[in-house]
Amino acid sequence: MSTEARKPPAQIALKIRRVLGGKTGWNGIVVQFVFAAILGWIGYEIVSNARANLENQHIAAGFGFLRNNAGFDVNQTLISYTGSDTFLRVFVVGLLNTLVVSVVGIVFATVLGFVVALCRLSPNWLLSRIGEIYVEIIRNLPLLFQILFWYLAVLAALPNPRQSISLLGIAFISNRGLVIPQPIGQAGLDPFLLVLGFGIVAVLALRIYARRALFQRGQMIRIWPYVLGLLFGLPLATMLLVGLPFTFELPQLKGFNFAGGSRIIPEFVALTLALSTYTAAFIAEIVRAGILSVHKGQMEAGASLGLSRGTTLRLIVVPQAMRVIVPPLTNQYLNLTKNSSLAVAIGYPDLVSVWAGTSLSQTGQAIEIIAMTMGVYLLISLLTSAIMSVYGWRVSRSLGA
Amino acid sequence: MTDIASSAYVRQDLIAERPAPVRMTGFVGLMRTRLLNSPTNILITIVSALLLWFTIVPSVKFLFVDAVWTGTDRTACLPENAGFAVGACWPYIQAKLPQLIYGFYPEAERWRVDLTFVLATVLLVPMLVPRLPAKALNASLFFFAFPVVAFFLLHGGGITGFGLSWTAGLLQLFDDSIIGAGQVLLSLSKTSAIAPLLWALGSLIVLVGKAISWLIFPLTWLRDQLEGSGQSVWSDFAITTVVVSLIAFVVGGGLRTGWRALAWSIGTFAAIALVIKLMGLDHGGLPVVQTRLWGGLLVTLVVSVAGIVTSLPIGIALALGRRSTIPLIRIFSIAFIEFWRGVPLITVLFFATYMLPLFLPGNFTVDGLVRALIGIALFTGAYQAENVRGGLAAIPRGQGEAAAALGLSWWKTTSLIVLPQALRHVIPNLVNSFISLLKDTSLVSIVALFDLLGSLRASFADPKWSAPSTLFTGFAFAGIIYFLFCFGMSRYSLFVEHRLNAHRRN
Repeated sequence: MSTEARKPPAQIALKIRRVLGGKTGWNGIVVQFVFAAILGWIGYEIVSNARANLENQHIAAGFGFLRNNAGFDVNQTLISYTGSDTFLRVFVVGLLNTLVVSVVGIVFATVLGFVVALCRLSPNWLLSRIGEIYVEIIRNLPLLFQILFWYLAVLAALPNPRQSISLLGIAFISNRGLVIPQPIGQAGLDPFLLVLGFGIVAVLALRIYARRALFQRGQMIRIWPYVLGLLFGLPLATMLLVGLPFTFELPQLKGFNFAGGSRIIPEFVALTLALSTYTAAFIAEIVRAGILSVHKGQMEAGASLGLSRGTTLRLIVVPQAMRVIVPPLTNQYLNLTKNSSLAVAIGYPDLVSVWAGTSLSQTGQAIEIIAMTMGVYLLISLLTSAIMSVYGWRVSRSLGA
Repeated sequence: MTDIASSAYVRQDLIAERPAPVRMTGFVGLMRTRLLNSPTNILITIVSALLLWFTIVPSVKFLFVDAVWTGTDRTACLPENAGFAVGACWPYIQAKLPQLIYGFYPEAERWRVDLTFVLATVLLVPMLVPRLPAKALNASLFFFAFPVVAFFLLHGGGITGFGLSWTAGLLQLFDDSIIGAGQVLLSLSKTSAIAPLLWALGSLIVLVGKAISWLIFPLTWLRDQLEGSGQSVWSDFAITTVVVSLIAFVVGGGLRTGWRALAWSIGTFAAIALVIKLMGLDHGGLPVVQTRLWGGLLVTLVVSVAGIVTSLPIGIALALGRRSTIPLIRIFSIAFIEFWRGVPLITVLFFATYMLPLFLPGNFTVDGLVRALIGIALFTGAYQAENVRGGLAAIPRGQGEAAAALGLSWWKTTSLIVLPQALRHVIPNLVNSFISLLKDTSLVSIVALFDLLGSLRASFADPKWSAPSTLFTGFAFAGIIYFLFCFGMSRYSLFVEHRLNAHRRN
């Protein structure tokens, strides 16, 4: 009597079941089928209704309108734009305006946020209370309220250009916005930029070399004198040789307004102020939580190794705090970018304002325009979260090692 | 014993009292340890005190000392007439207060708004105090009964049918849509290359539609009969009560254990009947107030409460979907959540205002407020889903496995074991997203709804009150209201968090 091993059951059906239905098997497949049918039905309803409605309103679907003339002006453009340009260019103008207000806002918000966080962590009781009051007040008021407050109440209460407030005689702030000196390129600009670029590249290379020397051979190389020389000395020397890279054109009061200099529109000033002060309150809380998350023992361990307080902070505490800080910080940057869409309330020409606002009312192409607007923001946030997941993967890898 | 005293090494006199230790507590101690303990700290303290002085003193001066308290129009708030640098112009707030609270809600009907506010407070306060009993009843009243009652109170109007007519109407709409889709396919099949396939699919769908229409025929017939009779609401109500109570009885376990469910069902319907009778919904109800007349704090609160009530179920469903083991449902939930979280709320409101009407049948118009509400519900729902998912992830696997070992189904495991624990974990997070929801409601003013901020902005345009300090007064008033609501909620969330973590404290 021979005993043969029984043949294993056929795996193919099981595998199909697993792939199609997940862990729930055939039940899962049925549920999915029903779900897909419901989705299909909703999709069909949407498409057929939209088609019928568009036909009734005599709107041609499609992106052909992008090549039409826009025919309206935008009061802040980073690229040349006139009313006779196409809608596509309006889109780009709006997108650039959104990006510029976001970047400027992010810079100010980060600086202010770190300052407020340091205030809150300060051993001085009064200062930490001031930080707390700032955070509580700012976080508990709607952002739109703050934008309108800066725009309608504060900036509108500023004097007119003739009585504008002078900042050291080079910049002027009034209810028509902020006027700052405008740099004008001179003959020395090209060599200056060339040398500056070379200096930055050389500094980066030097830093990589120094770190490698430290990690592989244990050799400490002091690089800061070279860094100073490369970043400041070399451009300065070029400037002396070939002349000034640019001069500043100072704004002059002529009649009722300023001539010369470049004007920053009040909407931009109000939006940047509101966005950066608002986001700074959130960043402050994130930074504070990050620094508090580093155990006290780390500081003490650093001290027992004979490191100075500054070195301990720089090499031990901050890198660990950054690991906690960076993901929510990026989230706040993303929030700031999305919140910049509130510009539409005060008429700053950002993407939502000129594209989903003015262009939409001019063309009536609601579906295309809103899809494009949402798509831009979606793309930005998906890109950011992709970068963040790579960062998280690297952090977890370095923690595992 | 006496010789001890005489021993040379025993001290004969008391040691002199040492000075009392430096006080480290109280205000003096605080000054010593945390304000003035080093030169740098003294400097910082002085600078901070100056900063506080230059912000607090002018604010207090503006709000109280220099304020104008009485007057009938802008002249009272002009510095020339008042004789001093005028601070806050409170008569302006007094004059605009009805507009800031009710918008353009008709004056004779404002008691309805007040009544709704009172109802909300009566339901909300016992729910927020952890010590009070009957949380389930309270929550179901707030989340299900209150929104309906509030709608009929605020908007007015009555009902012409009840459960039966509504079910019949919905099923008929669904059936019409299916038959429509089938007929589109059939007409396409005349010109298409894959004609036989389309024809077969189209006929199949039409057949299904026909079958459904025969299935629901008793319902529609009954509805038509009821509409013919004079007492359509009440007879419809009676039929619905009987049907639903019977279903509850049978599902609850029939003769053995179903009595409790039956009693609950009958009680609920009795309460509904009482509400219908009290508000006269069966013959027209209260006079209709169009939503475009609503405004001010009313809209702010309506939008936030409606957002809270609708976003939570959406969030729970999406969170469960995202953790589901069924691939299609998981993928759909992830895509849905990430989409709404990736776009700013203002584009969502634009979407709801301009795009949503295109997606609905042409004869079907949606009110502007409802459109904004749909957008906000979807948007907040996605955020709530992530909150709830955090709570679900915090529940140990063992809980679900233990429930499975006891033989509970997925639905019972989820609704009786996992969700109650998960939701309790995330109450602070939910409250925090309600704070941001309340703040975000201010955005509806961009799509032409007059919430508190919108009404405030509209009131600035009134030439009767255009004085230099009007703007700052208005912003101060609205800011105080927003701050009170948001700060109150954030303190509450901290309180709940503290209570939930009571076991971790030592």
